Amino acid sequence: MINDACLTLNDGEILQIEGPNGSGKTTLLRILTTALQPSGGEILYQGQILSECRFDYLSNILFLGHQSALKLTLTAEENLSWITSELPGSISVLNALERVGLRGYSDIPCHSLSAGQQRRVALARLLLSNAKIWFLDEPFAALDGQGVKFVEQCMERHVNGGGAVMLTTHQPIGMESVRRYSLVDSSDGEALDA
Amino acid sequence: MPESNRGFSAYFRRDLLLAYRRRGEVASPVIFFVMVATLIPLGVTPEPDSLKEMAPGIIWVMALLATLLSAEGLFVSDYKDGSLEQLLISPNLLVMPIFGKVTAHWITTGLPLTLASPLIALMLSLPSVAYLPMMAGLALGTGCLSFLAAIGAALTVSLQKGSLLLTLIVMPLYMPVIIFGSAVVQYSIDGMAWSGPLAILGAMLTAAIALCPLAIAAVLRLTTIN
Amino acid sequence: MNWTWFYRMGSPLWFYQSTSRWLPLLSLITLALLTAGLAWGLGFAPEDAKQGNSFRIIYLHVPASFLALAGYFLMAIAGAIGLIWKMKLSYIVMKCAAPIGAALTFLALFTGAVWGKPTWGSYWVWDARITSMLILLFLYFGVLALQYAFNSQEAGNKASAVLALVGTVNIPIIYKSVDWWFTLHQPSTIKLTSAPSMHPDMFQPLLVMILGFYCFYALALILAVRVEILKRESKTAWVRELVEQLGRQKMGVKQ
Repeated sequence: MINDACLTLNDGEILQIEGPNGSGKTTLLRILTTALQPSGGEILYQGQILSECRFDYLSNILFLGHQSALKLTLTAEENLSWITSELPGSISVLNALERVGLRGYSDIPCHSLSAGQQRRVALARLLLSNAKIWFLDEPFAALDGQGVKFVEQCMERHVNGGGAVMLTTHQPIGMESVRRYSLVDSSDGEALDA
Repeated sequence: MPESNRGFSAYFRRDLLLAYRRRGEVASPVIFFVMVATLIPLGVTPEPDSLKEMAPGIIWVMALLATLLSAEGLFVSDYKDGSLEQLLISPNLLVMPIFGKVTAHWITTGLPLTLASPLIALMLSLPSVAYLPMMAGLALGTGCLSFLAAIGAALTVSLQKGSLLLTLIVMPLYMPVIIFGSAVVQYSIDGMAWSGPLAILGAMLTAAIALCPLAIAAVLRLTTIN
Repeated sequence: MNWTWFYRMGSPLWFYQSTSRWLPLLSLITLALLTAGLAWGLGFAPEDAKQGNSFRIIYLHVPASFLALAGYFLMAIAGAIGLIWKMKLSYIVMKCAAPIGAALTFLALFTGAVWGKPTWGSYWVWDARITSMLILLFLYFGVLALQYAFNSQEAGNKASAVLALVGTVNIPIIYKSVDWWFTLHQPSTIKLTSAPSMHPDMFQPLLVMILGFYCFYALALILAVRVEILKRESKTAWVRELVEQLGRQKMGVKQ
């Protein structure tokens, strides 16, 4: 349970939600993406209550959770083009796959890819998305050094272009200018304002 | 993102593609339908006259069971791989993707059932005058069955032993459909106007199309992400 | 308009305290109505011309059927209130109404079978009313099963509430369909529930029994909800105090 959390996310910034396991990091992200309904409180987007600008808000967010949201019987390319509403065979999808190191894997069904490769297909969304706000749940989980660097580069590029990122992670991020917000693990814990 | 791509046709096409990739699995309800229909003559009697009387009911019960068999997987795979969560946070109305998925389900279950039904009708000595009414009734009725089963599928998507519970939940809702569905066949055998019960099936399907996606959307929003 | 009275009703503590006050009275009324009705109907009402004494089972069968159906609607309405206003107490009422309603439905079916044997020679007859009641029982089973299937109490509540509402929408359809089905296949002689022209002497005890059953339902529901409240709020101060108080009373009696 999370009590009394209060935070703001501005353009061009990266906000890291930290806290031990079970403190509600994923729950917080889910509430902010409206997948979960909170028992109280409000979300404001660009000064408006969410219920008034719901379509705008949801059109501008990207959520990457623990699960990759890939259909395993479809190929990597089919998955990405469906998720990003591109036409099949589009150049940007193929480019994105190349940049995550899956060149030549575009027409292989995802169930034949390793877990790490599937994760990279999911991460390729970061290259294709137009969303302004990114919500990333444990994006570095199970990634090697190269993968971690890739994600960090994506985030940096995104915020430099005026976007915002909110992510949860256990590990310290090797980037400067990352704000931190801590969820203390207990039901009567106080949340610190970042 | 373009709006239209997130709605009915996107999910309709994708679910059909997914079903096509797993076509072995998807064909099993229809095969079940045909196989189990042969159990009745073996278990009861091969007498054509007795079979003829029971045929409408048997065909409908079999269609019902076959639909329930395949309904379970409607939302489960999406739930497991995170697609459902992505669906819930999409800016567009939830009812259109749901409508698309259920229609795709009907195309992979109800439609093959309807097309296979003459085969079973033959095995159960149904008079030939009843074939067309039976197919018409099945076409509309299995549509209703798919929508109602989808409600059950949505309610049980996050549960372990979902399939049994799904059957339990949906069975009472199926009773009106089976009453009117077999009535269509029965009326045509007796020489009465079978368009009456057929129209009622059509009305039920229309109501199901209008109302079930709303219920399913509410269920998916409320009970799947915890 | 001031809605605080409505939200106050949603507090489990308020419910527990106010029902504690008039529970004894309600129990007395229920007992009085049921005994009077049963005695009157079973003992003093005149014999039926065609069925003799076996018709008297309707003094249990008819009220049970009424309450079975009314109970389902109450369960669905409680679920709807819980969904719309997110009232915990409403969900508790819904949860407790389910087994009571299911039991009453079963009672209705059982008494129907008991009625059927001497009257038509068989315990089970596929008539429209009985069949609809059977389907109602299945609807109850669905809601009950769903309640207990979820790990999260909240998800289970919401799922059951939606299912109860879906069932409510379907009940008129089901009843009408079964009626139609029955007229289609009607065996010639059976007409189970034709009691439009009931003699007042037979009808009055029936009214008493119906009232008695309504009171009984309310009593059973309130008792069940109280227990459920105690279970769910077991960690709060007022429950702990209550338990300690009861403990002290018991100790006082012993010494």
